[in-house]
Amino acid sequence: MLKLPVYLDNNATTPMDPRVLETMIPYFTENFGNAASRNHPFGWAAEEAVDYAREQVAQLIGADPKEIIFTSGATEGDNLAIKGVYEMYASKGNHIITVTTEHKAVLDTCKHIEKLGGEVTYLSVKEDGLIDIKDLEAAIKPTTILISIMYANNEVGVIQPIKEIAALAKKNGILFFSDATQAVGKIPVNVIADGIDLMTFTGHKMYGPKGIGALYVRRKNPRVKVTAQMDGGGHERGMRSGTLNVPGIVGFGKACELCRLEMEQDAKHTSVLRDKLENALCQIEESYVNGNKEHRLPHVANISFKHVEGEGLLMGFNKNIALSSGSACTSASLEPSYVLKALGLGDDLAHSSLRFGLSRFTTEEQIDYTIEQITNTVLKLRDMSPLWEMYKEGIDLNSIEWAHH
Amino acid sequence: MTPRIYFDNAATTALDPEVLEAMMPYLTSNFGNPSSIYSYGRESRMGIEAARKSVAKILNAHPAEIFFTSGGTESSNTAITAAIKDLGCKHIISSPIEHHATLHTVEHLYQAGEAALSYVKILPNGHIDLADLESILSNSKEKCLVTLMHANNEIGNMFDINVVGNLCKKYNAIFHSDTVQTVGHFPFDLRNTPVHFITGAGHKFHGPKGVGILYINENVRIKPFINGGSQERNMRAGTENLYGIVGFAKALELATTHHEAHVNHIKEIKHYMYDQLKKHIKGVSFNGDPLGNSLYTVLSVSFPKSEKSEMLLFNLDINHICASGGSACTSGADAGSHVIRCINHNPNQVTVRFSFSKNNTKDEVDIVVEKLKEVI
Repeated sequence: MLKLPVYLDNNATTPMDPRVLETMIPYFTENFGNAASRNHPFGWAAEEAVDYAREQVAQLIGADPKEIIFTSGATEGDNLAIKGVYEMYASKGNHIITVTTEHKAVLDTCKHIEKLGGEVTYLSVKEDGLIDIKDLEAAIKPTTILISIMYANNEVGVIQPIKEIAALAKKNGILFFSDATQAVGKIPVNVIADGIDLMTFTGHKMYGPKGIGALYVRRKNPRVKVTAQMDGGGHERGMRSGTLNVPGIVGFGKACELCRLEMEQDAKHTSVLRDKLENALCQIEESYVNGNKEHRLPHVANISFKHVEGEGLLMGFNKNIALSSGSACTSASLEPSYVLKALGLGDDLAHSSLRFGLSRFTTEEQIDYTIEQITNTVLKLRDMSPLWEMYKEGIDLNSIEWAHH
Repeated sequence: MTPRIYFDNAATTALDPEVLEAMMPYLTSNFGNPSSIYSYGRESRMGIEAARKSVAKILNAHPAEIFFTSGGTESSNTAITAAIKDLGCKHIISSPIEHHATLHTVEHLYQAGEAALSYVKILPNGHIDLADLESILSNSKEKCLVTLMHANNEIGNMFDINVVGNLCKKYNAIFHSDTVQTVGHFPFDLRNTPVHFITGAGHKFHGPKGVGILYINENVRIKPFINGGSQERNMRAGTENLYGIVGFAKALELATTHHEAHVNHIKEIKHYMYDQLKKHIKGVSFNGDPLGNSLYTVLSVSFPKSEKSEMLLFNLDINHICASGGSACTSGADAGSHVIRCINHNPNQVTVRFSFSKNNTKDEVDIVVEKLKEVI
């Protein structure tokens, strides 16, 4: 029997893998020490566990354990990377380049930088969600200190041309920071091969715990430094103070290890199901896949159903399928997704979109159920929709002048 | 294996099994992102808001004044930075025996030229000199931030938060108190306490690590310290540490329900250890004001230095006794404790902090005192 609701919002957060929780439990119970306690075995056990997890995390992204700074999550990591570089490299310049489709954690931090007197260029994206590398090249100035571009987008799943961006950054002596929250653990990410200088990611998007994340800070070629944003006991080599969240770190480490070992299998599993879902939903008249389908995360699909009210769409099956129309961080608002608008979608299409995020736990039965439910809902809503009727009668909806209330 | 005796509860405490039990549903089936609007998300949101209400009620604050953070360090950094950047404070008054989360933050702001910095005098018994505080406040021409810890993590000294708060009020200063050692150990009544910011960390009172609170009095408005999503009513971006928050509230509930019993039990252990050490160890002395206005969980002891006692912590560890030289955050450094250095100028002493919890017993004290007799 299918257990409801079906969870297909794994870009918002993933359920924790039971193997991860199992690894964490001893650190919730008998091994409760403070990792900074140096005088007794409770502290040593905690420190050892943190060191081991740091290796697991580093190995997933091809980094040295010394390059991993544990944070409370991706948002803190984004803040630390951008503000930390802005302060540390102030003598070199004050210009940052980012993209309009970044996560709020990056965009809001950049807005904050602008208030401090920094200059930020927001690149637009092409219709497929990817940046044009020529736009990036053109935006570079002598004062540019940082390029901040996400690895893969949280709403449409498109993967940016990371290696090209890195090469351009390196050529111009600019640091390259990537918010890789959605990519790490899902596709091969290697900071050396990719040429990334700083990178943030988090546990709860890869079957690990919430409240824990990491910032990768490159230690050679070049040696990157960030100004600490939280001062205190000097934990994490002075870059991030605060008692370490030992169980969280242990769980994060285990989640990274599992993702490293099972990535291929997970990607195959989710992409097969994702393709089945996408192909079936694209059978519905006037439905569109948003974003580049080739350069895309294997578990993500974003589909718009023309002439269907997004809110109605979600309400139609919300009780049985956990889905969202975009980022969780903005899902409470009724505004259409700024990411989809950046891809050039009009309010109507942006309003009628659904984001699907599959996981290693998603089953074919769940996908079949989802296809059925969504197809029925879309058809039912269109049956009731005067817009759909007009569209079917061949009226160009863009030509209508709506009365404003 | 000989059972270990854990007398380092000011560094961190064991998670209460009941707290873990309360967290378990959120570690397993209720995993939704609290910002999501479907059932998984709503359940998570309800868990967080119920936790906030519970914490607010216990501290006698309004739920809108409670913000969840990643811990005490983040909370103190947020409050202190905001007082300078958003509330117009140009002069920081702190003390030399604060936790490093405060000291390093105020030094950072001072060095960046954002504010002047004064340290209030510390009396030989470890208490702050209130007359000196008043004199600094009254002589300051600029708006002040007073940041002083409610209970010292190394020597346990406490002050009356109302007395300090009223002094701040009199001079129109912003008052932040690092209450990491007292939230969960002291009955707060924030509605009737003149304080703008207090901080708490779950793992100091048998709750989880990686979660804390910042209380922001409703009369002050600050900007977020971490930018991004609209979590915590736009004050603290980032997906919430759901089970951490649920665990924090549960731990505080338990600490409050059993407060009196815990105080009596732990105070007895502390006083018993004080008496036993006095009786059995020659030349022992105590830092701070252990029998006066002092946190019942902390006992800071100085032993006469000898060839044997120099290896004291090492020898305690061999005997399965866990204690520390000072704050865990600095216990790796050879620099020694800035707190002890400030109040005790005797270089011929070795200082050990013993800190207790509800899980400790007088029998453990007997064992520790026996061992101390051997290794001093």
